[in-house]
Amino acid sequence: MADITTAIPATPVPPREIRAARLQAVVRYTLLTVVGLIMLYPLIWLIGASFKTNSEIFGSIGFLPREPTLEGYVKGWQTSTPYTFGRFFWNTFLIILPKTIFTAISCALVAYGFARFEFPFKRVLFATLIATLLLPNVVTRIPQYILFRDMGWLDSYLPLWVPSAFAGDAFFVFMLVQFLRAIPRDMEEAARVDGANSLQTLVYIVVPMLVPALISVMLFQFMWTMNDFLGPLIYLSSVDKFPVSLALKLSIDTTEAFDWNRILSMSVLALLPALVVFFMAQKYFIEGISAGGVKG
Amino acid sequence: MESPRIGLLYLAPYLIGLLVFTAIPFVGSLYLSFTDYNLIQSPSWSGLDNFRELLNDRTFMRSLRVTLLYVFITVPLKLAFALFIAVILNYRLRAIGFFRTAYYVPSILGGSVAIAVLWRYIFADAGLVNMVLSGIGLEPLNWFGDPVNALFTISLLRTWQFGSAMVIFLAALQAVDKSLYEAAAIDGANKWHSFVHITLPLITPVIFFNLIMQMVQAFQEFNGPYIITGGGPLKSTYLLPLYIYDEAFKNFNMGYASAMAWALFVIIMALTVIAFWSSRKWVYYAGDKRS
Repeated sequence: MADITTAIPATPVPPREIRAARLQAVVRYTLLTVVGLIMLYPLIWLIGASFKTNSEIFGSIGFLPREPTLEGYVKGWQTSTPYTFGRFFWNTFLIILPKTIFTAISCALVAYGFARFEFPFKRVLFATLIATLLLPNVVTRIPQYILFRDMGWLDSYLPLWVPSAFAGDAFFVFMLVQFLRAIPRDMEEAARVDGANSLQTLVYIVVPMLVPALISVMLFQFMWTMNDFLGPLIYLSSVDKFPVSLALKLSIDTTEAFDWNRILSMSVLALLPALVVFFMAQKYFIEGISAGGVKG
Repeated sequence: MESPRIGLLYLAPYLIGLLVFTAIPFVGSLYLSFTDYNLIQSPSWSGLDNFRELLNDRTFMRSLRVTLLYVFITVPLKLAFALFIAVILNYRLRAIGFFRTAYYVPSILGGSVAIAVLWRYIFADAGLVNMVLSGIGLEPLNWFGDPVNALFTISLLRTWQFGSAMVIFLAALQAVDKSLYEAAAIDGANKWHSFVHITLPLITPVIFFNLIMQMVQAFQEFNGPYIITGGGPLKSTYLLPLYIYDEAFKNFNMGYASAMAWALFVIIMALTVIAFWSSRKWVYYAGDKRS
């Protein structure tokens, strides 16, 4: 409303309306803060509780521990397996790194193909891409498992890596296509006139412009892989290959009934990488989700 | 000069992936649903037996009912929260970036095992939620022990992650032409009228998009119930994806599990088709003559 009052200074806003507008603003901020606190307090409580003694976890609402202890972290880190959580974090990293790189490369190639070329069946293929966005994974999971079993890939990271090299997540292709459609083609056309072929144009012109979108893609893939539980649960059976998500589930099943702080401490550590990455790069998440979601 | 058909070459990774990891498995699971297959002997054709068995399988029927209930509770609740907060955030608030980030955090973390663990703790009998309830003078609830409550508690976990839907709503709200509101205000419309007659119709495409995406995802919920309740009590949170997982990867009844997966798929498709069909009546597309 500010621009209206400055544009027409001749009609002053009555004080009553200003007061009403202020009151409304106060209500809005209060509502947002209260709802936000209710939503985020469990996370805040979790961090505090991970430093509490086992007897204090149940029975205290507060964030600050009465007798802060690192016992949960020290014992939780050791786990009841021959490995420490360090091993499980390393395994998660081993799954994530190839997966994000494969995803970025394969999705950039496919999105470039869709966004910049005319070829037979393009419409049908793009419609198929949208349809696979909606296809529930549950219907392809069993044959995929049988396929990977027949390839001898069970209990390895290959079933988790390989689909991402073939643009397995249609969502990312879609996101990049939307992004590419918004970029003018002048530079690319100039490069083509200068004799660059389409691959050179992709590598030297398109990819540099695509960097922000590629970062979004890689960050989303990072988060999804970090959180993925069902994939590793189905394909991995040896504890030494477990990622953090499986190890955490294992520690719930094997920890004695009263060692709550071990589990809470490891939960905090398991959330930490995702939280840090999110806060460092939040704008890529918001932009990514807005671009992928709205323009469709 | 290259032919534009070279575009197909860039699509090659996708086309191969589509064939090997989606199309063949898709047809394959349909085939398996008509067989008995335990991974050791080769699949043996059993016709419609699996589907006939499904109709008489009380666990399946209960899982199906619980799954539908879960979806019909979670999706409207989540979308309502997302839209409500997005509308408030759209009032050119100063700290919009801060609030948007804060509300988005659960969407980033919510699917993880660690959050499911946290849910187990805060909704435990002596957990945070019950302590707060008794603190403000309310009766503590048995969040996991009672079948009705348990499903609701699981559904809250997904509702809590409304941030991603909210960000999509917010982007759509910000794209609404402000001059429309000013014109309506001149015609004497109050804020509620403007919201119902201008904002809502203009963002129906995004409501529709969120509805479909959230529905498809909610039907496939696995982590929450698997880790928090293990499907109990009395199978009240034993969603179909859990039953399919148990049949496929614990009992190795690949044929029967595929039949269930296809039943779930057909239900999701049917609801999606209904949504698309009904969208002609309520979704407004710019440039369309209707309003």
